[in-house]
Amino acid sequence: MLEVAGLTAGYVPGLPILRQVSLTVPEASLTAIIGPNGAGKSTLVKAVAGLVPVEGGTVRLAGRDITGIRPDRMARAGVAYVPQSDNIFRGLTVRQNLDLALRAHPGAARGRVAELEADFPVLADKARVRAGALSGGQRQMLAVAMALAGRPRLILMDEPSAGLSPRAAEEVLDLARGLTARGVTVLLVEQNVKQALKRADHCYILAEGRNQVDGPPADLMADGVVAKIYLGHTRMAPA
Amino acid sequence: MIQHLVDGILVGSLLSLGAIGLTMVMHILRFANFSHAELLSLGAYAALVFDGVFAAILPPLAAQIGPLSMTGALALAVLASMAFTGASALVIDRLVFRRVRAKGGELSMVFASFGVALILRNAVGLIFGLHGQLYSKDIVFAVVLSRDPLLLVKPDQIAALAVALVLMLALHLVLSRTTFGYALRAVGENPGLAQVHGVNLTATIRWVWLIGGGLAAVAGIFYGLSYQITPVMGRDLVLPIFAATIVGGIGSIYGAVLGGFVVGIAQNLALVALPSGYSPSVPFLMILLVLLIRPQGLFGEGRA
Amino acid sequence: MIGLISYLVFFTTVASILAIAVMGLNLHWGFTGLFNGGVVASFGAGAYATLILGGTPQAGHLGGYGWPWPLALAGGLVAAGVLAWIVGVLTLRLRRDYLAIATFGVAVTFENVMRNAQGLAGGAQGVRGFERPLQDVIGTGLSYNVFFLAVTLAALILTYVVLERLVRSPFGRLLRAIREDEEAARALGKSPTRVRLTSFVFGSVVIGLAGGLYGTFYAFVSPQDVLPILTFQIWAMLIVGGAGNNRGAVAGTFLIWGAWTASGWALARFAPVEAQLYTGSVQFILIGLVIVGMLLWRPEGLFPERLAPASKTADDRGKLEPGSVT
Repeated sequence: MLEVAGLTAGYVPGLPILRQVSLTVPEASLTAIIGPNGAGKSTLVKAVAGLVPVEGGTVRLAGRDITGIRPDRMARAGVAYVPQSDNIFRGLTVRQNLDLALRAHPGAARGRVAELEADFPVLADKARVRAGALSGGQRQMLAVAMALAGRPRLILMDEPSAGLSPRAAEEVLDLARGLTARGVTVLLVEQNVKQALKRADHCYILAEGRNQVDGPPADLMADGVVAKIYLGHTRMAPA
Repeated sequence: MIQHLVDGILVGSLLSLGAIGLTMVMHILRFANFSHAELLSLGAYAALVFDGVFAAILPPLAAQIGPLSMTGALALAVLASMAFTGASALVIDRLVFRRVRAKGGELSMVFASFGVALILRNAVGLIFGLHGQLYSKDIVFAVVLSRDPLLLVKPDQIAALAVALVLMLALHLVLSRTTFGYALRAVGENPGLAQVHGVNLTATIRWVWLIGGGLAAVAGIFYGLSYQITPVMGRDLVLPIFAATIVGGIGSIYGAVLGGFVVGIAQNLALVALPSGYSPSVPFLMILLVLLIRPQGLFGEGRA
Repeated sequence: MIGLISYLVFFTTVASILAIAVMGLNLHWGFTGLFNGGVVASFGAGAYATLILGGTPQAGHLGGYGWPWPLALAGGLVAAGVLAWIVGVLTLRLRRDYLAIATFGVAVTFENVMRNAQGLAGGAQGVRGFERPLQDVIGTGLSYNVFFLAVTLAALILTYVVLERLVRSPFGRLLRAIREDEEAARALGKSPTRVRLTSFVFGSVVIGLAGGLYGTFYAFVSPQDVLPILTFQIWAMLIVGGAGNNRGAVAGTFLIWGAWTASGWALARFAPVEAQLYTGSVQFILIGLVIVGMLLWRPEGLFPERLAPASKTADDRGKLEPGSVT
């Protein structure tokens, strides 16, 4: 579904944060990216979303080259992105947030807002509330609902559980997991390694802007490799 | 006293229109645009030219509308001038601000805006002369609304207030009822996220200039209709309009509306206590007062 | 020949006074990244206070305290500093364009009050009755102007040396650090607001010094001397010279002041009589074009700072970076 090949990207030309990162995300699966702080995980999803300039490599969605297209055109290309923080418009009401997200998809059915509100009942209850007044978990729900508005094929989530209570965090991650059942492909960056590995189909470990290892979560846990990276004992050679 | 209050409301509505565009630019492009007030004078002079053209082409239009000094030609000229001024704002952005934005920080833009203001103001003075001008040489008498206390209002001023209120209502409906309005607000709050949700920033910025320029033109025309049109009206209005945005809270459109009225009323009520020569100082005193008591303004969200 | 020399003396004196003001602004804009939209308020405060404190008694308005000149000038510096302190305290902790708006407001209000307050500073007629220092010893005319040029040049050199030492001192490095990266400076435990306030007040005092010298030189100051155009001229001088570079600031001052007086002379000489009314407009447009043109084509000035390159200030809102805004 999503194929990233040899991606080199960064904010400042000539100073790439990501070097030659490659990954594949199969359709309707949940793939997690984990790695230590500063590994370039967030930069990776931002580069896929068109928010960080790409210096080399390609990003393909279902075979179509979407490398570096403008972020406001990504949504129409079928890619949705949920930033880590500030991912809703606090000054708009919940309903206005959803309406705005749907604006990018003129083809979307009229009842789409009702559908989203049926999926996220809390958003229906709070439709007229300013989004800034929502709780942390509710905000993530709204952010995910906004991302789903245009029925994306791929949804990129940047640490959706950051700053949430353990319970709300699990809820959000369960939600991400549940999306694959509806045919959505999910690429998830997560600090909460244990929870992420519990739900992911496949997992990539990133460090210093490069691919390290990848595999099904069970294999990675068996390797003990994850623990090593996180404890910082071993500096691995690039994969 | 009551006369000052009424005058303040009438002027305030025009300051509000000017402040709306300014606060939008300050919110979305994040710089204090000192050339915004020049758009008012640009709009006023553009209407003067369009008015002459329309009256010449279609003489019936030169007749006054009811009790107003305003003619059909001038009413049409208002629309033409809104388009012209909005387009001018866009052109100025493309020629100057967009290019400075690409190179430097916000403060370079503030700097550039002073330069733009100097050029616009003096170019208008060179083209149209430094003397004041009027849309109509016919004297329209003020209407006595009440004799005790004496309350005089010119019909034109009532029309200006009505038009200003209608425009504000229209803008309110756009912002609160249409996805286009949501997009404008979204870009003001978080341009990056707005892009992620498919909002085209370039197009939105274009709209901000068009709306801001159009409203500034209306404000300038009615200001000219109430007093006179001069090349220095931008210079005289820049501080009151900035005061309106600060009183309301920078970035808040509703704040700008309220701020305009507050500043207009304060400037007129001050005439009760201060000699009229001090009137230009009142907006600054209002700014100081707001910064002391409530720096984020009435509707602001603190340090934005 | 004498005519030329006395004109050169006059020109150099005024340009040197303005160069002091430009260096004061440079501390604000070039070294600290503060936008001062009301240079003329500090300049005016220095000039008015010097003349009011040092002048002979005048009927009808405050002043005429007859203080010795150095004391009167010091009073001018204090006046400029106090005014800057008030504005700075109120605005420096806010979003950065508040300072631009507030300082612009101070300048407008200063001019407005001076024009109207008869009892304070003579209103539109301005402040007169000032005896220039040592005039009774040196006499008037060219000899006095040469003497005053020496005084001005001494002040210019002193200002240059003090400011150069300041920007090379730890405090100067702090200013630069805050200009480049406020968060990092904050992390080092420095209060950016307080450092900015110090810089703002000190720069304004330097501008006040220029104002005090200006008032002394003409022995007269009126609201006509504190019109907003002076702020724009001083900006143009700084931006042409290159913000962050004091030598450039001085060079830019002489260049722009030369161009201004030359264009004024040329317009007065060659423009048709009926167009004379508009020479001011033409000159103002030129100043506007210099400001905009420099920002567009040579934002680093003709004599750029050789130290660190001035970088864009980071967007500290902690939000997503907008993608391509074209």
